Amino acid sequence: MNWTWFHRLASPPYVYGLAARLTPWFAWPAALCIIAGLWGGLVLAPPDYQQGDGFRILYVHAPSAWMSLMVYMSMATAAAVGLIWRIKVAHAVAASCAPIGASFTFAALVTGALWGEPMWGTYWEWDPRLTSELVLLFLYLGYMGLRAGIEDTQRADRASAVLAIVGVVNVPIIHYSVTWWNSLHQAPSVMRLAKPAMPLAMLLPLLLMLLGFTLFFVALLLVRLRGEVLARERAASWIREVVSA
Amino acid sequence: MSVERLEVENLHLWRGERHVLRGVHFALARGACLEVCGANGSGKTTLLRALCGLAYPEEGQVLWNGENVRRDLPAFHAALAYLGHEAPLKADLTPRENLHYWIGIRRRLDDAELAAALTRVGAHEWSERQVRTLSAGQRRRVALAGLALLPVPLWLLDEPTTNLDAAGRELVGDLIREHLSRGGMVVAAVHQGLPQSVHNVTRLDLAA
Amino acid sequence: MSRSEGTVAQAFPSIDAPAVPVAASNALAFPRADAREAARLALLRDLHLAFRKRGQLVQPLAFFAMVTLLFPLAISPELARLRELAPGVLWVGALLGSLLALEFLFRDDAYDGTLEQYALSGQSLTALMFAKTLAHWLLTGLPLALMAPLVAISLGVATTAVPGILLSVAIGTVALSLIGSIGAALTLGIKRSGALLSLLTLPLSLPVLIFGARATQLAIHGASLVAPLELLAALAILGVTLAPLAAAAAVRISLE
Repeated sequence: MNWTWFHRLASPPYVYGLAARLTPWFAWPAALCIIAGLWGGLVLAPPDYQQGDGFRILYVHAPSAWMSLMVYMSMATAAAVGLIWRIKVAHAVAASCAPIGASFTFAALVTGALWGEPMWGTYWEWDPRLTSELVLLFLYLGYMGLRAGIEDTQRADRASAVLAIVGVVNVPIIHYSVTWWNSLHQAPSVMRLAKPAMPLAMLLPLLLMLLGFTLFFVALLLVRLRGEVLARERAASWIREVVSA
Repeated sequence: MSVERLEVENLHLWRGERHVLRGVHFALARGACLEVCGANGSGKTTLLRALCGLAYPEEGQVLWNGENVRRDLPAFHAALAYLGHEAPLKADLTPRENLHYWIGIRRRLDDAELAAALTRVGAHEWSERQVRTLSAGQRRRVALAGLALLPVPLWLLDEPTTNLDAAGRELVGDLIREHLSRGGMVVAAVHQGLPQSVHNVTRLDLAA
Repeated sequence: MSRSEGTVAQAFPSIDAPAVPVAASNALAFPRADAREAARLALLRDLHLAFRKRGQLVQPLAFFAMVTLLFPLAISPELARLRELAPGVLWVGALLGSLLALEFLFRDDAYDGTLEQYALSGQSLTALMFAKTLAHWLLTGLPLALMAPLVAISLGVATTAVPGILLSVAIGTVALSLIGSIGAALTLGIKRSGALLSLLTLPLSLPVLIFGARATQLAIHGASLVAPLELLAALAILGVTLAPLAAAAAVRISLE
């Protein structure tokens, strides 16, 4: 089998250039989707018959929560690839994912709390979804803390990769146990996001926002990845060529 | 009779931005000894750690009997003994207890063999004292007793003569000579050079 | 390879044919220890060391008792109220007590080169890590489990709940030790790793806390605790199969 494409894909100068070329292809569609989704969600969609306009925070909360998990999965996948095949660029991808994922998680928590105020009359409710989200934030913080704690980049890459993989095994267990715990202590949650009959005018902007956030993540990742590759390869000769060009 | 053989091809290793190993290349057959010399920081320890598979070289490979050691690290590890510059001893245990656990993990060991090894390195008189009360040279002797109990084909020794007096250095020489004569191989990182009594030594100089 | 340009070959010693006559290869043979023997010795070594420093064995227990004491002082001495809080108090105490000793699980071994010898022993590092974790459980988890009923009784729990509490804490701490071994191995080589170790270990330990506290609560109310106990056991079994692998990988990384 011919593996040259694979090695080319994993070479830092190639990745650096590729990331630069690809960024606008994700950034602009992301901006379009998010603007269209926000307009659809905040202006066009009808108010909810129970929650009035309060439900509109859904258009930021749900995509953030979705991204928080998706970024973790991407991070762990990249870390596993780096760990198994010893590909440095994959570790750089994982390292770039962590702060983005933590930010999405934080956004999901803040919007969840803001939503909780009109919904429950309190900013914080020990709802299973919010609790899992909070634990996820700690997983991200632990991952970044471990990275920051180990001075040698390669060792930091590999150790944090093991942590990310352990985390992926644990995320479903944590989610299940938190849901189980919650079901013991209170009646089923008042809020259910996935109401079976969400009118199309409400659903469509949500899907646009999901797509927009995903594209936004990829664009952010590409920008961060370039910085990460630059920092890691600062001793290499191709960097001098890039910088002086 | 198996033909044990250690070959190192074009080993490159970076530590952060430092290019520590720059194309190290050598081969070692049974009964041969390689003396790795170089100033502090020239990569002697890194080379030994790359040889035994602890450190991962970016380029090049280590071959054991013609096969890359990464293919089957446990089998390669079973064929080598590595002695770092710190003796792997527990301060709260006696030399005898230390050897019982440390060497026992690798081989079956009876009390007579253990006692013989301790006597050989001159540790019989203080073999029941806790290691924390021993001097650095005495600890090194206990580590040598451990080495004597591991007649595996390949010995990787990092500064085996540190902290030893003249008699102790001669003991290192004896152990190495004995190991070579039974067909073993030795790679020793030495700052001052191996004792004169060891023959059949090749020298590898690592420039800083 | 981006950095291979400008490299200089360091040395090329020739292949050395032995000048000394070489004895038969069986001179290099010795009776190898099998994996079980190796794991047994690794376990005994840690127990032996722990009993040389007996004073340290009491620390997690004293810590557990101290944490328990804080609750009546901070909340109320009323046994009826404390009884309701007992599962939480017990499990937070056990979790923190188990965490306390974790920092030292691999640290001395990393420092004196024992981990290196384990990694180069030719034996399964996973089995050796499991042995070390088992030693950690025997030295902290089991004593905590034995002490948990006493703590529970001091919080007004009836003696009929003792077997259930003992069992749930014993199984739960197995899972905690295993999860903790991963965190301890990952933070090797980091100075002042205590806070980071907690940050890594606690989120992963939450399921154990949830199921354990539920089991204890059911035991206190005299109900059947089979369901949460099974979940705890499932976590422990999952831990036994995966945690030593991850810990071994982390130890190898720390030695690189």
